[in-house]
This record gives sequence, structure tokens and C-alpha cells, in this order.
Amino acid sequence: MAKGDIIIEAHDIVKRYYIGKPNELEILHGISLSVREGEFVAIVGASGSGKSTLMNIIGVLDKPTEGSYILDNINVMESRDDELSEIRNKKIGFIFQTYNLIARTSALKNVELPMMYARMPGWKRKKRARELMQLVEMEDRMNHAPDELSGGQKQRVAIARAMANDPALLLADEPTGALDSKTGRMVMDIFHKLHKEQGKTIVLITHSPELAEECERILTLSDGMFIGERKGRNHAPS
Amino acid sequence: MLLLENIILALNGIRANKMRSLLTMLGIIIGIASVIAIMTVGTSMTASMTDTMNSYGANDITMGVSQKSTETEMMGGMRFEWGPRKSNLGDNDYIYMDMLSVLKEEYPDKIDHFLLECSAGQGQAKDGSLYANVELKGVNDEKFEDDKLEMLSGRSFKESDQKDGRKVAIVSDYFCNNMFNGDTASAPGKEISILVNGKYHYYTIIGVYEYDASANWVSTSEEETTTTVYLPLKTAFDFNHDDQRFEQVTVVTGSGVTSVDDFMMEIGSFMNRRFYRNNDSYEISCSSMSSFMAEMTESMNTMSMAISFIAGISLLVGGIGVMNIMLVSIQERTKEIGTRKALGATNTSIRIQFIVEAMVLCFMGGIIGVVIGTVLGSILSKQMGYDASAPLGAIVFAVAFSMVIGVFFGFYPANKAAKMNPVDALRYE
Repeated sequence: MAKGDIIIEAHDIVKRYYIGKPNELEILHGISLSVREGEFVAIVGASGSGKSTLMNIIGVLDKPTEGSYILDNINVMESRDDELSEIRNKKIGFIFQTYNLIARTSALKNVELPMMYARMPGWKRKKRARELMQLVEMEDRMNHAPDELSGGQKQRVAIARAMANDPALLLADEPTGALDSKTGRMVMDIFHKLHKEQGKTIVLITHSPELAEECERILTLSDGMFIGERKGRNHAPS
Repeated sequence: MLLLENIILALNGIRANKMRSLLTMLGIIIGIASVIAIMTVGTSMTASMTDTMNSYGANDITMGVSQKSTETEMMGGMRFEWGPRKSNLGDNDYIYMDMLSVLKEEYPDKIDHFLLECSAGQGQAKDGSLYANVELKGVNDEKFEDDKLEMLSGRSFKESDQKDGRKVAIVSDYFCNNMFNGDTASAPGKEISILVNGKYHYYTIIGVYEYDASANWVSTSEEETTTTVYLPLKTAFDFNHDDQRFEQVTVVTGSGVTSVDDFMMEIGSFMNRRFYRNNDSYEISCSSMSSFMAEMTESMNTMSMAISFIAGISLLVGGIGVMNIMLVSIQERTKEIGTRKALGATNTSIRIQFIVEAMVLCFMGGIIGVVIGTVLGSILSKQMGYDASAPLGAIVFAVAFSMVIGVFFGFYPANKAAKMNPVDALRYE
């Protein structure tokens, strides 16, 4: 996969919910989106703009009602349920606002989880998980359970977990939303580092224009439509 | 790999929710424990009864003279019942020594020996004011040996005692207590007089055996207890009538017999064909411990099964409890399930995770239940006076069955978890 290849190719995506037959609710009204390998894209929008719905669709947690979606040369629209699981496992690394680490399971085991679902042998999993912990500077506390970690530490573990199967796309949903500005900064710095040093493709979904400003390209979502696209600073504020 | 991870995960979950897990397992524990306790008591009872019966000779066949069964004949619509024509045994009805010789010749490999005894009546040994109640019994050497008596002093019968019908006797220690002040050591050699049916009979004591009071059902004081005075078989015959005949004989089967029951039928029909063909009233009927034992074991098993079935209902209730808790647990962990799905868990792996969790829960309940049941059953068996023995088959079955319950009642909740929509599950708070 050469740099610059298209990773996300979505056309005219419509998402409707049916709450009882006549009351259909259209959240996304035909969204087209194309993301190239190695890009750092921000999708900004106020709450209710359809951000979460879009993220669910980009993350293959949900299928669009209409439209086409090709993710890393895989046609998502035609994939079965278990194929979608595999796409999520291998192609996408999720980072959630609420971290979503599995409780009662050590940080290291959390990082191993996507590799376990990918049926990677145990010794290989452990080795890779340790390396990832080093990458996010969490090797000191990697054997702690999530409730023994601070918010920033949890999010770093979550980033390591998202990186586990070396996905084509990191999908971050308000990753700093639950953090104070200092730890939020730290998390954003990790994204910049992954983007610059490893050439990771990152899609950041946020409501904060300042955060979006740090990215390469900013797409503004409002009422289920993209209303603007512009270039960002592509680095952390000095 | 995935299975091991799931087991570890389930154990972590159980450890984190100790109290709830224990309460969940309680139904399984009680169910399994009661089944195992009942089975333990059952097998202990059967085992010790089998033991007892084996010591009485499971391979022995008792061959006795019995009245011919009443026949019903239809005659012009009327029913006539033909009973035995004589009620007392006549000279031609007994089993004679010669018959036994013929039988032994017919089956040289299958019959090892006969246990022969002949009662010579009850009486009282007397010496001045001293007395002891006795029962006189003539036995052959094999029979005497079969009674497995502990000899306290003296000797048992010699060949010449049997052959010549010598007037020698082996008495019990109770007898010595009454007659010689408990001096068993000097009893051999002493002469005793026994009053039977108004006549005195004189014997020389040659040995003293230890009386097994536990074999006596009737509780009498030690002084009044009637104990057996053993005589040589021929001596007892001479006492009665000279004729060497029996109402009942025990046949000890030899190595040539594969099925005691089959051989029992064989000698029964042989004897009847050969010696009782023309006898209107009596015939030979045989019985063996093994057939009786098989019947008893079977009825015992039926009883255990019936009680276990009832206990099994509590297992069912326990299983429903497990299902209930699993449903609650899945509700609680909706977000975790969503996260796992986002990380690439397939529906199958989620399903396996929760089924394994239910199985581990039930397996642990099963193990605890087996331990409690075995202990409880052993205590009960001991209380009832049996040696406790664990029903291994039932234990393996119980543990396996508890895991089946885990799969069965874990399936519905696990399936529910597997089918959760990842978007909704992730959003669940």
C-alpha cells in the first residue's frame, strides 16, 4: 500500500432510522468522503449534527441505509456480519471518549484483546503489546487494572489497543473529551507522533474547533451534511 | 488459546463477584450435593451388604427340599387346587448322602464341596447347679470351616472324629463362662453332659470357639444365650436316626462354574429328574446369594435413581438461577460487549465467552457440590453403620451434568449477548 492510496471512499451515504413505520428519521443526507492513506482528518460538528452516526458508519459498527462505502478496498455494503467483525478487528482502531477498557483485565491484556480476536499466538501478542505500551509510555503500569489508572493513562492504553493489529485507520471519537487540558494535550501529541512518525491515517471526530485546527484537513458537519472543508495547521499549537 | 483465555476471564469474573457467584452456584451445589449424598449412601449400603453376603458365600447354592407348587387345573369351569398330599417329610423325601455322591460325580469340576449340617436339637448342659443353653449341630469339616469361627483353645475336628462319629464337641466361650467360670484354656478334655428331650448325652470337649454375639438377633442375657455345640456330622446322625440325610444342603461351586445362576438351574433339574421324578409332594429347589443379591442391588439402584431424580429437579432450579444471573450480568456488561465487538469480536466469540462463563460457574458449583455431597453421604453412611464408599461413576456424571446445565442455561443469555447491536451496546450506560 503506497502512500497516498485511498483508504476511505464513501459516496452519498444516507442513514435513516425507522421509529415505527411512518416516522422515519434521516440523520445523514448523502455524505461523500474520501480519505487518503497517511491523512489526519478532523470531522467537526456540534452535537446533533450526526457525528456519532457518521463515526459508526466509518467504523463499520453500522451500515449506511444508502450509498457506497469502500474501506481499504473492501466493499463494506456487501460484507456479512462476521466479515464486518473482521474489518473492525484488522482495519480499524477505535479510540473512545470513555476509553472503554475492559474492567478487571490488566492494561496489557486489554491491548492483547484485538490480537486475541485476530487469533495471534500468545507469545507474539505479548511481545507486540509490550512494544505498544512502550510507544505510549505506559510500560510501568501495564499490569495494572483500568480502575487503577488515571484518565490520561487509560486513554494511552486505549490508543495502544487501537494500534494492536496495525490498522489502516485510527478512528478517534472525542478522545480528549473526558480529559483535562494537560492530559488532553498529551493524548493529542501521541496522535501527532503516530501520524508523523508512522504515517498513520487518523480520523478525529470532535466538537471542538481548536482541536480540529491541529489536523491536516477539517470537515465540518452540520445537520447530516458536510458544509465545509479546509486545511488545518497539521501540528500541535506552539 | 481462546478457550483458555475465556476460562481465565470467567474465573476473574467469579472472583470479582464472589458473593453473587456463590449465590448463583448455590442451586447447583445443593442439587449436586444431594444427588451425590444419596448415591454415596446407596453405594455404601450396597457395597457393605454385598460384602456381608459374599462372606456368606455368593457362589454357594442352597439346595433344599420344598413342597411342590400348587397346581391349578381347569375342570369344566371349576378350579381345583392340588396342594401337597403330605405335609411332613417322609423317608423318601430327604436328600441322602448317596444322592450327593451322584451329583458330585455328575459335576466333578463344578462342585467343589458340600457344606453339610444336621441339627440334633436344643438342650441344656448341666453340671450340678451350673447350666448352659445349647443347640446341638453336626457339621462336616467344610461347614465348620465355612462358619469362620475364632478358636480360643483346643482343636477342631480330626478325620477320625468325623469318620468314627466320636462323641467330641466344640463349645463356645459363653458355654465356658457358664460351666467353667470362663476358663477356656482348660476346657478341652472335659466331659460334659447335655440334656436333650429328657435324655442325657455325654461328650468330650476338644475345642472352644469365640461366640459372635452380633450374629444373634434376639437379645437375651449372656447367661441365657443359646450357643451352638458343634459335633462331628456322623455323631449327630447317630444321635438322631442313623440315616445320613438332609433337608437342605449347601453346594459350594468350583472353578468350572461361570454362572452360578445357570448352574443352580442345572443341578436343580438334575436332582429332580434323577431322584424326585416320582415324588408327588416334594421337589428340590435351589437358591443362590447371587440371584438374591442381584435383585437387591437392582431395587437399591431403582430407589437411588428415584431419589436422585427428585434431587435433579433442584439442579433444574439451580440451572434457571444460573440463567437468571447470566442475563443480569450481560445487561450489566452491555458496554463491554459493545467494546469487544468494536475490537473485532465475532458473534461466535461473544457467545463462547458467555457459555464458558456459565460452564465454569456450574463446574465450580458441581465440584463444591460433589465435595459437600461426599462428606455428607459419608457421615450419613457411617451413622447408619456402613463403610462409606464414594460413587465414582455418579461423581463424574454429576460434574459432567453440571457442565451440561451450564451450556444449556448459558446458551440463551450468551446468544442474547452475541446478537447485541454493537452501536446500541456501545452507547449503553
